[in-house]
Amino acid sequence: MPLQANLQDISPTQVLNLVNLAGKTGMLTVYEGIATGEMDAMNKPKQKAGDERCRIAFKGGKLIHATAGADQESDLIAVLNRAGKLSDSQVKIIRERAKSSSDKAIALLLINANYATQNDIVTSIQQHMLEVVHNMLTWRDGPFRFDDDTMPSSDRILVPLDVENIILEYTRRAKENDQLMRELPDLNVSLKFPENAKEKFKGVHLSVEEWRVVSFVNPKNSIKQIAKANNMSDMEIRRIVYGLMMANLVQVMKPDTSGAGAAKSPAASGASAAAAATKQRQARKAQVQSSVVNKLIDKIKSL
Amino acid sequence: MQTVKMVITGPFSSGKTEFIRSISEIDVVTTEQGISKDTAEALVKSQTTVAMDFGRITVDEDLTLYLFGTPGQRRFDFMWEILAEGMLGFVVMVDSAKPETFREAKSILETFRAYAPTPYVVAANKQDHPDAWDPEDLRIALRIEEDVKLLPCVAKDKESVKNVLLELLYSILEEMEP
Repeated sequence: MPLQANLQDISPTQVLNLVNLAGKTGMLTVYEGIATGEMDAMNKPKQKAGDERCRIAFKGGKLIHATAGADQESDLIAVLNRAGKLSDSQVKIIRERAKSSSDKAIALLLINANYATQNDIVTSIQQHMLEVVHNMLTWRDGPFRFDDDTMPSSDRILVPLDVENIILEYTRRAKENDQLMRELPDLNVSLKFPENAKEKFKGVHLSVEEWRVVSFVNPKNSIKQIAKANNMSDMEIRRIVYGLMMANLVQVMKPDTSGAGAAKSPAASGASAAAAATKQRQARKAQVQSSVVNKLIDKIKSL
Repeated sequence: MQTVKMVITGPFSSGKTEFIRSISEIDVVTTEQGISKDTAEALVKSQTTVAMDFGRITVDEDLTLYLFGTPGQRRFDFMWEILAEGMLGFVVMVDSAKPETFREAKSILETFRAYAPTPYVVAANKQDHPDAWDPEDLRIALRIEEDVKLLPCVAKDKESVKNVLLELLYSILEEMEP
């Protein structure tokens, strides 16, 4: 008989602790809650199960697998793509060539072809599992059930993780997120470099993520737009921008709305006339430049 | 008088300075300094570019092409964005005989792509080295899409450098066509 309840009554942290302490093996499935219009005995709105939100598998109380949403979003190819280990074009090719291959077969293929190392694969799966579970820990309602001894299909790669560490890490992140929300509540502001930026950046080694953000710093780009351009979550961009602010490498300012920036989409209103003018300017510019490029080609050929 | 700019980038010791030196009509203005003796880079070469290399090709009295080489060491990468501003296109140099630098080359390529959506080519340099990787193997190792030009190159050979620059200019021209 499976355990069934609602996250309104027993929090996600309590559910994980329960499974961990009892050393359970099985599958926790959490669903979208659909209001039935009735009230339960505690006078809370009753919910019935809708679409699946996530599935989390445990073995002997340890987390071994987690998927979110549709199955394809959590298969190995999608996980490696999100982790930046496979490009979109590589994903397309692999999906076409390995339509019915299992995650384990694909992993072997990728390792043999030097597309990814075993460590890349394990780390990316761990990261994905943590994202699913950390996300689930933020939910405040939704029906769930725990089915004893149900396991993921045998083609999936299982990576054991300690539940206590996940809960501790989540608590730490929640505190960090609270602080970041307080420091940077509004993501519709822009960033600019401080005066004598060159001096400040001397000797500073930025991570790839920080570099991506820094490369979009422009009064015309809001932080939200920079996050979108870099495919980062609100919390990721807050963490990076806060770090850069603390190091005095960027400063927050009100967005300059006078023109479209690199990460900005064109304004919708009055776009047609402006777009036509821009197109004309670009056409003129292209004409000049193509003649310039042709001159350069002739010159280099003659050298 | 119109000036246009191209940027030659790539990891430390990938051959950027040599590339510009082979084609520039002036002695390359280079801002090199000695490398600290206790660094791994010091085993590779004794001097490195700290700000930029600068070469010039005069087309006629109205048009000049400037070639800027970026500093190869990461700690000077604050200069990159300044150099990238307004560039017509860029060349990413890769030392084909040093697979340990491929990841760095890819990272530099992605950084420059983020600065500006200008055309670029990848030059598989040091193809005369006995350990050099074949350009097509490099394409797989660097995960470079098929539509990006990856060209064999020997930076000290003027004809080879000309070929790389011409291919970049053809890409620029293609991009301009409606």
